[in-house]
Amino acid sequence: MPINENEEFRPKIVAFCCNWCSYAGADLAGSCRLGYPADVKIIRVPCSCRVNPMFILRAFEKGADGVIMCGCHPGDCHYSTGNYYARRRMTLLFSMLDYIGVEHGRTRVEWVSAAEGVKFSQTMNEFVEKIRSLGKNVRLGDLRCRN
Amino acid sequence: MQRIGVFVCHCGSNIAATVDVKKVAEMALMEQGVVHAEDYQYMCSEAGQAKIAQAIAEKGLTGIVVCSCSPRMHEATFRTCAERAGINPYMVEIANIREHCSWIHKDIEEATKKAVILMRAAVAKVNLNAPLKPGESRVTKRALVIGGGIAGIQTALDIADAGYPVDIVEKTPSIGGRMSQLDKTFPTLDCSACILTPKMVEAAAHENINIYTYSEVEKVTGFVGDFTVDIRKKARSVDMDKCTGCGACQEKCPSKRTPSEFNRGLNNRTAIYTPFAQAIPNVPVIDRDACIKFKTGKCGLCSTVCAAGAIDYEQKDEIITEKYGAIVVATGFDVIKLDNYDEYAYSQSKDVITSLELERIMNAAGPTKGHLERLSDGKAPKNIVFVQCVGSRCSDNRGKSYCSKICCMYTAKHAMLIRDKYPDVNVTVFYIDVRTPGKNFDEFYRRAVEEYGVNYVKGQVGKVCPEPDGSLTVYGSDLIDNKQLKISADMVVLAAAIEPSESVRKIATMLTASIDTNNFLTEAHPKLRPVESPTAGVFLSGVCQGPKDIPETVSQAGAAAVKAIGLLAKDKLMTNPCTAKSDELLCNGCSQCANVCPYGAISYEEKQVNDHGIRETRRVAVVNNALCQGCGACTVTCPSGAMDLQGFSNRQITAEVDAICR
Repeated sequence: MPINENEEFRPKIVAFCCNWCSYAGADLAGSCRLGYPADVKIIRVPCSCRVNPMFILRAFEKGADGVIMCGCHPGDCHYSTGNYYARRRMTLLFSMLDYIGVEHGRTRVEWVSAAEGVKFSQTMNEFVEKIRSLGKNVRLGDLRCRN
Repeated sequence: MQRIGVFVCHCGSNIAATVDVKKVAEMALMEQGVVHAEDYQYMCSEAGQAKIAQAIAEKGLTGIVVCSCSPRMHEATFRTCAERAGINPYMVEIANIREHCSWIHKDIEEATKKAVILMRAAVAKVNLNAPLKPGESRVTKRALVIGGGIAGIQTALDIADAGYPVDIVEKTPSIGGRMSQLDKTFPTLDCSACILTPKMVEAAAHENINIYTYSEVEKVTGFVGDFTVDIRKKARSVDMDKCTGCGACQEKCPSKRTPSEFNRGLNNRTAIYTPFAQAIPNVPVIDRDACIKFKTGKCGLCSTVCAAGAIDYEQKDEIITEKYGAIVVATGFDVIKLDNYDEYAYSQSKDVITSLELERIMNAAGPTKGHLERLSDGKAPKNIVFVQCVGSRCSDNRGKSYCSKICCMYTAKHAMLIRDKYPDVNVTVFYIDVRTPGKNFDEFYRRAVEEYGVNYVKGQVGKVCPEPDGSLTVYGSDLIDNKQLKISADMVVLAAAIEPSESVRKIATMLTASIDTNNFLTEAHPKLRPVESPTAGVFLSGVCQGPKDIPETVSQAGAAAVKAIGLLAKDKLMTNPCTAKSDELLCNGCSQCANVCPYGAISYEEKQVNDHGIRETRRVAVVNNALCQGCGACTVTCPSGAMDLQGFSNRQITAEVDAICR
């Protein structure tokens, strides 16, 4: 796909946030007016363990340039153990993605509590910066949809 | 096919100032299934809700998307509104275009674009929503209060007065908490014990209150209305039923070298002890680490002198399992350790003390019988320096970032009491700011300065040096006169920051209650639900939620009690219908879902299935909706894709992903 050199690259970034910690952290970032780029779009899930690797693959397939998953800090999961499963699952998924060419930098797991609005905003700023430096994601895209 | 209505809220100018709300509504009409879209100033207002109801009636809507603030704020509001207008409340989705959009972006074009995408994702989800019906669960009409300080006592009393049984679990041998260690209380100078001990007695005598002291919560399972809690009643080594509280054992105990926790280590206690004279229950505990009998097997003096025969060296820890409908956390606070503050010479000099230690020194029942004296040589001090904000309001990682809130007032109290009793003692207070927001607080502080002549110096203390003659040289700066001060003092009192009690992290994990970076428990909403944890059925009382003084703690304790009573008064609770559901035609009975379920909600049944005409008996997963909390762990673990989560289904989340990446 040709990229216009003059146009600023605006990545598509999907953030999965658990309802109890990270989504609330994002809300706090909002009410404290701690900005981050509009490229990040949040999907609310009950727990980080609800994030099926298929959702992440789907996002990359549909043209996402980066996917970040946020959950409660290990030990603080609202459902006791959910984020432990998510942590292991994502470690495997991300290394597999890296292996097939979706660089490690395009995926990230971050633990953000409901009180960490500052951390949420900082994380998103960093992540968007990283994705911008990596450029458009060309792997995993659905070839049939390209013009 | 859904008929969806999209309602875009201006939220006054909160959203409308950065998001072109008309454009969002206009774009909504182009989405699949959307038959109605409008914007309004305040969707959550009565008029706004009326608009939603009207559109449901007129256009025959089956699904609703509200583009507004966070669903954590008004999802419930709009669901109720939809239900009243005749559609299933779970057909409502919120696009969060305030916290996640208008409040964090400045560029109107960019914010509008994002708001449109968030709206699309919500519409895509609603297209796949299905009506859900909440189940019912029962409420155990009994409350648990963790912590027996003033917060816990007050909460327990209020719940008990409403007619519900309450258990208090306190980890130390007596209830009373920090307040029992205080001498006087600001701003009225009431004697702390005089106002606390009647409450302790009342709690102990209350027919609805049961107190477990020297006990800890060990395990919590279940959920709102139906918690099951294991309480470890540590071995007291004294039979509570037989003991008369005569105190003979404590008098005779030969092991007298253990620092007294109650007196902050300023003096020693015996191995068999009650923390203080007014302890409730007035039954001693044997500290097995200090007891000679337990260490060497020889002694047994206490048993010999006990006329009631209450001493029981064989006693073992006991686990009590009880069911509760509501749990109130009232774990309180402790003073920070001062290891990071070597410049104040706390570890080098006995005459550098914390304010809580001073509290014990000033108390008639304390180590010095209430006489103000130096702990090093017993002499009466002539110059006392108070240092404020030791570890509070700290911008580096040495201390705490927050204000401990109570120090300004208790220091004014200490200064005033000292000047009142010992007018010849010079008192200097080094402060950053004096914070006195509270009823009669500023008047109190001014009295300390104006009537009692306490010398307040705005500035910080850089160093405290113990001198060979036993005095302490305090180096500080006076910011107002812009000069360096060198004061020779006999005693330095540090207003050390307070922090949540050490045990709170373990308790929060057991309760799955959120905790913030400072280990304070997080409230469900900082303004509107300040005494509730985000975890349903868990309530917060006292300093475990944030620094506060006694009046505030007592008010919050009452508020937490009311919330708990509100819950206990219900016979049944509506359960979250967003639970897991297994497709029995896809399930192969592998048990992986049951392995990851934290609630034991999944079981297996031999079921007759009809798989495209083939009738056979298969082992399939069955979800117990009353136990399932809807985390979704099973849905991702399921290798055959049989398990799905209602309200957050695979198709719904995929649709959101697609809408965002479109």
